[in-house]
Amino acid sequence: MTSLVIAEHDNAALKDATHKTVTAAAAISAPVHVLVAGADCAAVAEAAAKIAGVEKVLLADAAPYARQLAEPMEALILSVADGYDAILAPATTTGKNILPRVAARLDTPQVSDIIAVIAPDTFEHPIYAGNAIETVQAPAGKKLVTVRTTAFQAAAEGGNAAIEKIAAAADPGTSSFAGEELSQSARPELTSAKIVISGGRGLGSAENFKLLDKIADRLHAAVGASRAAVDAGYVPNDYQVGQTGKMVAPDLYIAVGISGAIQHLAGMKDSRVIVAINKDPDAPIFQVADYGLTEDLFKVLPELDEELGKRGIG
Amino acid sequence: MKVLVPVKRVVDYNVKVRIKPDQSGVDLANVKMSMNPFDEIAVEEAVRLKEKGKATEVVAVSIGPQQAAETLRTALAMGADRGILVKTDGAAVEPLAVAKILKAIAEAEQPGFVITGKQAIDDDANQVGQMLAALLGWPQGTFAHALELEGGSAKITREIDGGLQTVAVTLPAVMTTDLRLNQPRYASLPNIMKAKKKPIEEKTPADYGVDVTPRFKVLKVSEPPKRGGGVKVASVSELLDKLQAEGVLS
Ligand SMILES: Cc1cc2nc3c(=O)[nH]c(=O)nc-3n(C[C@H](O)[C@H](O)[C@H](O)COP(=O)(O)OP(=O)(O)OC[C@H]3O[C@@H](n4cnc5c(N)ncnc54)[C@H](O)[C@@H]3O)c2cc1C
Ligand SMILES: Nc1ncnc2c1ncn2[C@@H]1O[C@H](COP(=O)(O)O)[C@@H](O)[C@H]1O
Repeated sequence: MTSLVIAEHDNAALKDATHKTVTAAAAISAPVHVLVAGADCAAVAEAAAKIAGVEKVLLADAAPYARQLAEPMEALILSVADGYDAILAPATTTGKNILPRVAARLDTPQVSDIIAVIAPDTFEHPIYAGNAIETVQAPAGKKLVTVRTTAFQAAAEGGNAAIEKIAAAADPGTSSFAGEELSQSARPELTSAKIVISGGRGLGSAENFKLLDKIADRLHAAVGASRAAVDAGYVPNDYQVGQTGKMVAPDLYIAVGISGAIQHLAGMKDSRVIVAINKDPDAPIFQVADYGLTEDLFKVLPELDEELGKRGIG
Repeated sequence: MKVLVPVKRVVDYNVKVRIKPDQSGVDLANVKMSMNPFDEIAVEEAVRLKEKGKATEVVAVSIGPQQAAETLRTALAMGADRGILVKTDGAAVEPLAVAKILKAIAEAEQPGFVITGKQAIDDDANQVGQMLAALLGWPQGTFAHALELEGGSAKITREIDGGLQTVAVTLPAVMTTDLRLNQPRYASLPNIMKAKKKPIEEKTPADYGVDVTPRFKVLKVSEPPKRGGGVKVASVSELLDKLQAEGVLS
């Protein structure tokens, strides 16, 4: 009984999402192998080998995997799939892009976004924007699963797995990388930050969003946003928190000028402490907030900045 | 070039669903149903391709109960040319079975491009587009933010975790829509009237040789954990006192 985890990385560094997926994998079927597919990514394989509980790292280091495009990745994973009882990927845009292709080719249904492993074939996952939790039992055979990383602890370091180089599979040649525009930020990543401060339509402009940056810098927080703020062009798309954006569960989530639509709540209601700042006392966000401040954000944010300074924070 | 657009009838995005007391599922009796919002974006994109002369025909497909015909009518009112209703008994059809039916339809209809939503807002699966592409052996551009279709290929800009990525794929291909691809139109009254005369062909999964018996066993559907009630604070300094007491300000 062995499971395979598809590593999340950028060819230079292994992402924490991998460690969390390893934890889920170990609960389904141990030992765990990790597939590192990329180009010039030997360092990533070495990092994966150090995860506790990982028995083997498969390294496919070849040009077609540089961007982990779905079509060559499908072929590669299928080339090794036979040996595994479970194949898992984090529910990132990369994992969600690739794994259903593999599932379809294996004629195996996939469980998306699991938040708990109840038994090796039984999983909990949210449906309806997290308003319901479904417990499903998968049929006999391979388990194909994407993992909501905020629901699992990261596997610890301390492993010493063997690294096995594997051959590239034939690239179907139907897709190619044609450019990217990545958000540059020195701040922590939204999905793994301990503190997240998010802004909504209430911020009113891209310029005003910078008010959040100042506070984020003090708190070493990531900055997020509601869909309305992204749609209005205040911030890039990858800031969106919610049902159809990113799932976050930091120790502290501060929602500023966000009403609290179910689609937004879906992405942040598992945060440990939630703060809402909104001038409308009836905004639904207050129903999930531990601490609510009914005030104009343009008054609150400068005060917050100043008061944090006074308290020597940041 | 023909464009195929699968559209799903789902609970309206404004509805907060209730769990049935016996935990067998969510209660859909008397709940407002609509076209999955991502599928509206898919229909809009397909209709724009036709308006730009890049597509010749837009075919909408829905797999679901008889009422899914209403969802198809909405697609037709937005500008799709005809519909295919693959009628089921109303039980949810799993993404892999949906993909298999769509594969059979794609083989019969020979579209050059298929546009699905990135996820259905009921099952939140985010699977069908990718599964369909794999079953057909086609490339895909998921979570589309922008599309440029030229000759035999498509450039699709995707919303990814780190920002935007553009891929070039050969046609035929599958694209799945993200929120910012376009702003779907409202159907005008004359177009709603016209849509009533557009054809909807009725089929069953058996016509395509697909078994839609669920492969998963749903053991239960339960409420997510509720958050304890919070408190209102009167000032920034009171807020920071609380947060420091919680130990969340490092
Ligand atoms: C298919 C689909 C998917 C979606 N996915 C997501 C998703 O993933 N994430 C998401 O966030 N949304 C999502 N949405 C959108 C969601 O339904 C809401 O429209 C959106 O979350 C609203 O954003 P908002 O709270 O910023 O804006 P609004 O609802 O307009 O709220 C703005 C708030 O700011 C407050 N405000 C205004 N000015 C001030 C001020 N000066 N001081 C203090 N407060 C002020 C107002 O009182 C109000 O409560 C989705 C919708 C659909 C249909
Ligand atoms: N029953 C269905 N009928 C038609 N299209 C569907 C159906 N289920 C899913 N789809 C399509 O597949 C997309 C993704 O759905 P899912 O993988 O279930 O999240 C949807 O946005 C639709 O475009």
